[in-house]
Amino acid sequence: MKSLIFKTASTYLLPLLLLFSIFILLRGHYLPGGGFVGGLMAAIAFLIHSFAFGLKETQKIIKINPGYLMPIGLFFAVGAAMAPYFIGAPILKGLWFEEPFRFIGMVGSALFFDIGVYLVVIGATLTIMFSLTDTV
Amino acid sequence: MLIAVILGFIFAILVSFFSRFFKKAIPFVYSLLPLSLFIFFLQFLGEIKSKGHILFHYQWIPSLGIDLSFRLDGLSLLFALMITGIGALVFIYTTYYLKGHKYLDRFYGYLSMFMASMLGVVLSDNLMSMFIFWELTSISSYFLIGFNNEDPASRKSALTALSITGFGGLVMLSGIILLQAVGGSYSFTELLNSSEIIKNSTSYGWIIALFFVGAFTKSAQFPFHFWLPGAMKAPTPVSTYLHSATMVKAGIYLLARFTPLLGDTFWWNSTLITVGAVTMVYAAIHSVLRVDLKSILAYSTISALGILVFLIGIGTEKALLAAGIFILAHALYKAALFLITGIIDHETGSRDVTKLAGLQQVMMPVAVAGFIAALSSAGVPLLLGFISKEVMYEATLQFGNWAIILTALAVLTKILLLVAGFWAGIKPFTGALPEEFKKAKLPSPLLWVPPLLLGIMSLGFGAFPSLIGQTLIQPVFSSISGTDTVIQLKLWHGFNLVLILSIFTLVSGGALYWFLKPSKEIFQKTLRFESISPQNIIESGSKIFASFAGIWTRFFQNGYLRNYVITILAFLTLLMAYRLFGGVNIYVDWEQISPVSHYEIIVVVLMIISILFAISTNSRSVSIVALGVVGFANCLFFLFYSAPDLAMTQFSIDTLTVLLFMLVLVKLPKNKQYSSKGIKVRDAVLSLMFGTLIAILTLEVFEEPSSYEVSKYFADNAYLLAKGRNVVNVILVDYRGFDTMIETVVLVIAAVGVYSLIKLDLNPSKKDL
Amino acid sequence: MEILLIIIIGLLHAGGLYMLLRRSMFKMIIGLILLGNGANLLIFLLGRLVKGHPPVIEDGMKVFADIYADPVPQALVLTAIVIGFGLQSFAIILIKRVYNVLHTDDLDELNSTDEEI
Repeated sequence: MKSLIFKTASTYLLPLLLLFSIFILLRGHYLPGGGFVGGLMAAIAFLIHSFAFGLKETQKIIKINPGYLMPIGLFFAVGAAMAPYFIGAPILKGLWFEEPFRFIGMVGSALFFDIGVYLVVIGATLTIMFSLTDTV
Repeated sequence: MLIAVILGFIFAILVSFFSRFFKKAIPFVYSLLPLSLFIFFLQFLGEIKSKGHILFHYQWIPSLGIDLSFRLDGLSLLFALMITGIGALVFIYTTYYLKGHKYLDRFYGYLSMFMASMLGVVLSDNLMSMFIFWELTSISSYFLIGFNNEDPASRKSALTALSITGFGGLVMLSGIILLQAVGGSYSFTELLNSSEIIKNSTSYGWIIALFFVGAFTKSAQFPFHFWLPGAMKAPTPVSTYLHSATMVKAGIYLLARFTPLLGDTFWWNSTLITVGAVTMVYAAIHSVLRVDLKSILAYSTISALGILVFLIGIGTEKALLAAGIFILAHALYKAALFLITGIIDHETGSRDVTKLAGLQQVMMPVAVAGFIAALSSAGVPLLLGFISKEVMYEATLQFGNWAIILTALAVLTKILLLVAGFWAGIKPFTGALPEEFKKAKLPSPLLWVPPLLLGIMSLGFGAFPSLIGQTLIQPVFSSISGTDTVIQLKLWHGFNLVLILSIFTLVSGGALYWFLKPSKEIFQKTLRFESISPQNIIESGSKIFASFAGIWTRFFQNGYLRNYVITILAFLTLLMAYRLFGGVNIYVDWEQISPVSHYEIIVVVLMIISILFAISTNSRSVSIVALGVVGFANCLFFLFYSAPDLAMTQFSIDTLTVLLFMLVLVKLPKNKQYSSKGIKVRDAVLSLMFGTLIAILTLEVFEEPSSYEVSKYFADNAYLLAKGRNVVNVILVDYRGFDTMIETVVLVIAAVGVYSLIKLDLNPSKKDL
Repeated sequence: MEILLIIIIGLLHAGGLYMLLRRSMFKMIIGLILLGNGANLLIFLLGRLVKGHPPVIEDGMKVFADIYADPVPQALVLTAIVIGFGLQSFAIILIKRVYNVLHTDDLDELNSTDEEI
């Protein structure tokens, strides 16, 4: 996996794929996509990078241990689920801002929920794959 | 009322907190509990006398018809008074008896738990809650019998007692459910109104049979009696409290309680008379064959319980009255005898009736208590035992054709019990004091005051029956018999047959006591018959049961996963195949089938080939790649048929799986052929059958018209309610958001599992080296 | 087309079961994955096959104007795929771990794991 082409390509692939994964995540509510797919895409992006440059380099880019993404994601998901509770509505009721945001579109609790899923999927997948590559 | 019942549980829970800080204070604090409850129940005497019964209602599980309603009437009040009154004495007694014991706090916890559950049993109006309390008494009795948990014999006895009484309780539960099905309610008070319906229903026989098993196991009736002597392994206060005064009477209570509801039929009466008579005679004979004081008392208790069952079985007004008085009389004198035995054991270290003698010289007050108790058990005039005996003889004499036999049995039992009572209450105190017991001395009043108090009550109630006649016995009688007959308790019944019988009993019992000396030889001789005793039969039965279970388990749980899978699936396949061949039409509605295009055929062929490859190849890499192809083909199907989300997800997952496999498994050794050809063929046949079955089932389900209501609702409201256009995503994050949330948790768990599996160091010792 | 898919589903189940019954742990996992694929396809098929109409409401519309593929089985399968991935990865790591400790791929040799490891 030390080919120069692969390395060079993956340098550019990583940000592109990440951007694409976020795009997939955001459009999930309107078009095919969503947290699961987006998370998997992002995980694959990091994986490709780690194949090209080695695990250490990738971990440097991510900065934090991917394991931490899981609780953060869970926090998002649970928070989005619980948010209606604090304003007196039933848990998991969808809440939406009145006006759409630029680029993102409508923002509501469902979106935060999806972001939570996205983070959990990245965290879980990367934890699994990295801890494996670590030992092999 | 609710608080009165559950206070014991609260105390039992609190004990663990208390014990940390005021271990010393526990005995005294806890002795106050039964005492105050006793006073609490005393104040109901007047109200019960005038009103008959009081109901207290607390909701618990209304949807199942289970609530915590309590019914206080004569019978339950008598029991509640006995439970708390004798409880108070036992609690006080224990403060000295087990002084300084390591687990004294625990002991009090169990005791108060037991007291509370026993109160629950006798007070519950709802049969379900009564059952729960009933089982709680079994459980707390298990703890108490096994209190000396370092002694294997203790543990075994505790387990025997628990399994017998617990078994009986479960049988009774089915009786309760049946009763509810017939009578339409769990509430005893409501059921009373439908007594006739229940008695005439076809399940009446079952109901009483099931209730009998529950009552007989709890009250140690033949042939379930053997757990009670074993239970004497418990500390003496426990034997006093549970196994003579209260818990074993729960069965009696049950029978007495249900007499107005289920009683007075041929099967009810004859079963109870038979079982009661057998038990009372059998146990009475046993009691004079023992030499250990506690065993003597245990068997005489069983015998007394037999008498009670017998009396309830006779079922006439006199008999029920006799039962009511005898419950009280027996509790008073038997508890006293047990407590005295405890004192003797505590002071001399011996319970051997052949050795004990002359202790009156060193412990006079105890001797007095013992004398009173023994005389009451013998039925000497002026004591409560006398009145109960008189009424009992009157009852048996009135019983038509069988009067002579029943009376003879009752007299025989009474004579033997008299001997047993004298051995326990008089023999240890009279005669010359042997050398070895010279050192014994009078213990603290905490020990001897409780039996003395009980003795005084026997004497007081016996000499002045009017003290309890109207206040206590009358309501008890009314609630057992269900009639309003006014009763009279008299000391002097006139010179009649009953009195002659009484005198005969006393004289011949006294003579027997004089001539029959307790001896070990006779006891040894009876051991020959042990092999056919109910205890041994049931124990060997349970051994056979256990070994059968062992064989069964080893046959099916043989430790090979694939054998489980084969067994389950072969069974399933055959069963379903049988159904399918038994008349299900397999048809295909071609209208519904969509046309096939050429590129789809390519994918299908690709898929089939790759499945075959994945199965048949011996190379690891090939099978992984084949697996990947299967996944991608799947992905294409999703794409063809309008599921872009699925296709994307499947694609990413498939990529990851293949990568994972490659990373991990390439380093494993070459695949080996483990199985022989025959096994392979067998597995292949089974698998093909299973696959065919699944395919046929799928076809069947596919042909069934399905309902789209849910999908339609989701789709119609996706934008209107959830502001999303991608319905699949809306389902995931909105409609079924909770599922998704849990799913992410599962994923996290999987990741944590993988992480810890990899980081797990199975050989930590290496680090230390 | 449905008939072909049904055949494939049967084949996936048969193959999965066959592999599950093998003594090699590696083959067991293959079987597990095949079964998972079969089950996913089964659920998907029972939502009926609709070509070219994904369950996505078109721009500017508030409800579906045309027919659409059943979204419920799709959501179910999507969940199943992701969970399946968790299961597979755990199983794969497990057999690797077992192999590292016991140096065998044979299930029958796992019966004697009480020895020190």
